[in-house]
Amino acid sequence: MRRTLYWIGENAILLALAVMFVSPIVFVALTSLMSSNQTLTAALWPQPFEWSNYATVFTQAPLLRWFANSATYAVLATVFMLLSSVPAAYVLAKIKFRFANVIFTAIIIAMLLPPQVTAIPIYVMWSNLGLTGTLWPLILPNLLGDAFSIFLLRQFFLTIPSEYADAARIDGNGEVGVLTRVMVPMAKPGIAATGIFMFFHSWNDYFGPLLYTSENADAWPVAYGLASFRGIHGTDWGLTMAMTILVTVPVVLIFFFAQRVFVEGITLTGVKG
Amino acid sequence: MSSTTTTAGQPVPAGRPAPPRPPRPPAGRLRASRSRRRRTLTVLALLAPALLGLAIFFVYPLIASVYYSFTRYDLVSAPEWIGLRNYEYLFTQDPKVWISTLNTLWFVVFLVPIKIIFALGIAGLLVRAKRASGVWRTVFYLPALVPPVASVVAFVFLFNPGTGPVNQILGFFGIQGPLWFNDPAWSKPSLVILGIWVMGDIMIIFLAALLDVPREQYEAASLDGANGLQQLRYVTFPSITPVLMFAVITGVIAALQYFTEAAVASGVANGKAVVGEGTGAALGYPGNSLLTYTQWLYVRGFSNYQLGYASALAVLLFVVASIFLIVLLRRFKAFTPEGTS
Repeated sequence: MRRTLYWIGENAILLALAVMFVSPIVFVALTSLMSSNQTLTAALWPQPFEWSNYATVFTQAPLLRWFANSATYAVLATVFMLLSSVPAAYVLAKIKFRFANVIFTAIIIAMLLPPQVTAIPIYVMWSNLGLTGTLWPLILPNLLGDAFSIFLLRQFFLTIPSEYADAARIDGNGEVGVLTRVMVPMAKPGIAATGIFMFFHSWNDYFGPLLYTSENADAWPVAYGLASFRGIHGTDWGLTMAMTILVTVPVVLIFFFAQRVFVEGITLTGVKG
Repeated sequence: MSSTTTTAGQPVPAGRPAPPRPPRPPAGRLRASRSRRRRTLTVLALLAPALLGLAIFFVYPLIASVYYSFTRYDLVSAPEWIGLRNYEYLFTQDPKVWISTLNTLWFVVFLVPIKIIFALGIAGLLVRAKRASGVWRTVFYLPALVPPVASVVAFVFLFNPGTGPVNQILGFFGIQGPLWFNDPAWSKPSLVILGIWVMGDIMIIFLAALLDVPREQYEAASLDGANGLQQLRYVTFPSITPVLMFAVITGVIAALQYFTEAAVASGVANGKAVVGEGTGAALGYPGNSLLTYTQWLYVRGFSNYQLGYASALAVLLFVVASIFLIVLLRRFKAFTPEGTS
């Protein structure tokens, strides 16, 4: 009896919380279908449904261009990051050598410190190269690895038993062979998860584009464009909410396609001691 | 978090493919061993991009920041050495460094624990949910997927004092809602509510950790006569400590660099563009209540082009963040690169 009461209580709390968690998305979706006049009233239900808001957004802002910029940024950053971080993570996880701990600790610190600590000299560097106003300062550094990704990939490589690597070495493979023929195939889920993290991180980035692309609207990624949209188009909340939904949809779609890999990635971030 | 982790006990997601057998080497030509030197070179080659990246994008800028912090520098003319004057100005005259520091610490003190407590609480409820657990998890995780800029824009609208649904609903219950993002007293709490809404990322990690606590330990504890609270104290808590520490440390670091949410909320609530000329003007609205330390650094460095002075702010941030990190890491030895298991 007491158990049943507990069960009912817990599920009631969960249900109430779930409603509160879902309702913002519902309200945003409903508002995205309201006319601009209606968004200034107390109404919660669109009357009539203004489906044209979604088409209007595309005419009011260079949305396709912003999407293309975001895609360029996120895809290139992810590919570059994987090319450089996977080998580094493998070495740090599977090969014993002097300074391994020093390097790993340096990576942890680089990962944990706020990016604003180093932003100024890096900005000066890109400015001297004449690349501010473009997305390159956000993309190119990934060719040289990303601390968070190296850390995460290392965690994945550590879960692969070293015997596989040893066997491959005995069979005559060099380290590059061990990495490409054994470790990468076995760590595929981890690599995919890290890649998705990087993709989302770039897609959602606001500070980077603010620093490097704010002067050039042609180079804005979509999340950044959304922040400006509200200022440029005043109080039209219907359009703003339609755009908010449009910015969110790609991320949610990717999540649902890659759900298993993604959750596994998150789970391993919290790997316990 | 540890590195040399045993993954025994780590919940292996269903359907993870079995490890493939290592492929056979080509043409069975076995070489006993390669020279040590060659191996060292390979290791260096594999690490080279990361080491170069660390040097160019971390070590060099850190040193350069310290140097710039002793100079007057506007990006156009060469840095001019002015000794400690930036620091003197920072500690004695800067009009907004103190308020921005307090705002940032406010987020460290309130946002981090509240978010963690909610995440842990919901993970605790979900771990017991037998039915439709996938649906529950999705519901609570979904908001974490919404791009931060989008969630802030949405929340400023939802909490719009006049026409937003939140005050509509409060009014329905006869409650006069506050001005939320337009009231300096409510702007930070509004962002904490947003922080709770997007707690799904930590929640998933807590959930994994809770699912990982061996059932037998609970059974043993209840045989010993431990009640629910005691089980929580002596069984659950110790086994999730490393994950909790991970959440605390990453949470504190994220709060120290709190930027996007506060900056976008200021701009959107103010009805101003948060880009281009005059970006600095919109930041902090209402009444400097959302001006965080990193935004102030941004304003001085990239809006006013006082790069030398902004470097002094950066160096101070580095010092403070490092102290936080060292204290937290010491306090929780479980979170070390070497691991403890």
